[in-house]
Amino acid sequence: MLGTRSEIFSSGGKQKMTSLDQQIIICRCEDLTLSDVRGLIEKGYRTLDELRRISRLGMGPCQGRTCRPLVQRELQAGGVPMKSQSIGVIRPPAMPITLGAIADGSEEGQKDA
Amino acid sequence: MRNSAEVVIIGGGVIGVAVAYHLAKQGCRDVLVLERDYLASGATGRCGAGVRQQWGTEMNLRMSIPSVKMFESMNHDLEYDGDIEFKQGGYLLLAYTEVGWEQFQKNVALQQQHGLGVRLCTPEEAKEIVPHLNTEGLVGATYNATDGHCNPFHVTDAYAKAARRLGVEIQTFTEVTAIRRSNGQIVGVETTRGPVATKTVVNAGGAWSGQLSAMAGVEIPVRPERHQILVTEPVAPMQGPMVMSFHHHLYCQQTPHGSFIMGLGDPSEVAGFNQRASWQFLEEMAQKITWLLPPLRGVRVVRQWSGLYEMTPDRTPILGGVSGVEGLFLATGFSGHGFMLAPMTGVLLAEAILGLPASLPIEKMDLGRFARGELFYEPSVV
Repeated sequence: MLGTRSEIFSSGGKQKMTSLDQQIIICRCEDLTLSDVRGLIEKGYRTLDELRRISRLGMGPCQGRTCRPLVQRELQAGGVPMKSQSIGVIRPPAMPITLGAIADGSEEGQKDA
Repeated sequence: MRNSAEVVIIGGGVIGVAVAYHLAKQGCRDVLVLERDYLASGATGRCGAGVRQQWGTEMNLRMSIPSVKMFESMNHDLEYDGDIEFKQGGYLLLAYTEVGWEQFQKNVALQQQHGLGVRLCTPEEAKEIVPHLNTEGLVGATYNATDGHCNPFHVTDAYAKAARRLGVEIQTFTEVTAIRRSNGQIVGVETTRGPVATKTVVNAGGAWSGQLSAMAGVEIPVRPERHQILVTEPVAPMQGPMVMSFHHHLYCQQTPHGSFIMGLGDPSEVAGFNQRASWQFLEEMAQKITWLLPPLRGVRVVRQWSGLYEMTPDRTPILGGVSGVEGLFLATGFSGHGFMLAPMTGVLLAEAILGLPASLPIEKMDLGRFARGELFYEPSVV
């Protein structure tokens, strides 16, 4: 995946990229930079849902808590007004939790019942 | 948006865009794809991302084996600027009862006749393939090395981009509100962005294909059924194959990205459009998978969701034209395995629509089979 990333995210060049944009991390879980995000918006991925699905943006352990507002700001700058943006669906669990903890917790619950 | 098209495809999932691409590739470029939401927003983008050829009916084998060949060269063939992330780590199917094991033996004999390099495994051999597998109670397994995983968003994106380059128009956030027919002929569709005149409509609406067909006055036996699924954080590669147990109604695979995707079917799930995620699923999934694959105890769940299978009575797709309604074509009823069959579905539908010689006897998979009583019965569905 890493090998093709520059191709996927390369921009049409409407918005001027600086070397700094390529170093600013927007999504820490998936290592996406500001220039990656701007490139995708310029390519026509113009909703959070589409951006998440094409790039895994906001799909890692933090589930978008860090990057969502930053990406919304970039969408606004790219011509999608904040008020018409959908934030998509926030899915459970609220925090990452191990399969073991869930399995043990539910066994505990059965014992109590 | 154009106000007329030679073919209108309803549904921007992987099936809709695959059909659009193959139509355009055959020279039929005046094609409009209408998607109510964004591309892959329905079952495609919610599925388990598995690609399997170990089926129990001849038709599913003849659909899935060439589909895998097409996934193998898809980045190149569609000139994709990304990567569809096709990983052929195999599928290991587990049998826990004598009845299940007998069915597997029949399936493998049929699969081998179709040239699949699948094999029967003892529990010990299964453990060699997946060393962290708990083999307690296991009767036997089957393994096929060329099954695997593929990224549904990227496959959809790849087909959509290739179709657009050939002249296909794809409109998202555009809902079809009516299908117009004049006597026995399709004449157009109404959308939230105006009418489109067309003589050919492809219904690729997944769980909503029943409602769409009803707009054209055709009833189809498709039942929406929720299936739940979760994904973990990415971890170092530790599991090559998809592990699947029909006995436990579960599947679990590690993607090339490192995350585990796993799902569980609930035999008591009622028909409907409920797409909420439940706590009960999370609990049952965690209990079953930590028993079957114990090292997964330490892996964190980051997200759970659900999607809709569109089930048919014989768990086999409904493909092709509809007798009595000229110009209506169905590409639905995939019963939970539409993503992996999409490449061949695109080929077959394009052939059927354009009246080209058929690569497969697609007429056997038509809507009429239910009235004729000529059903398939696919035994291998989670």
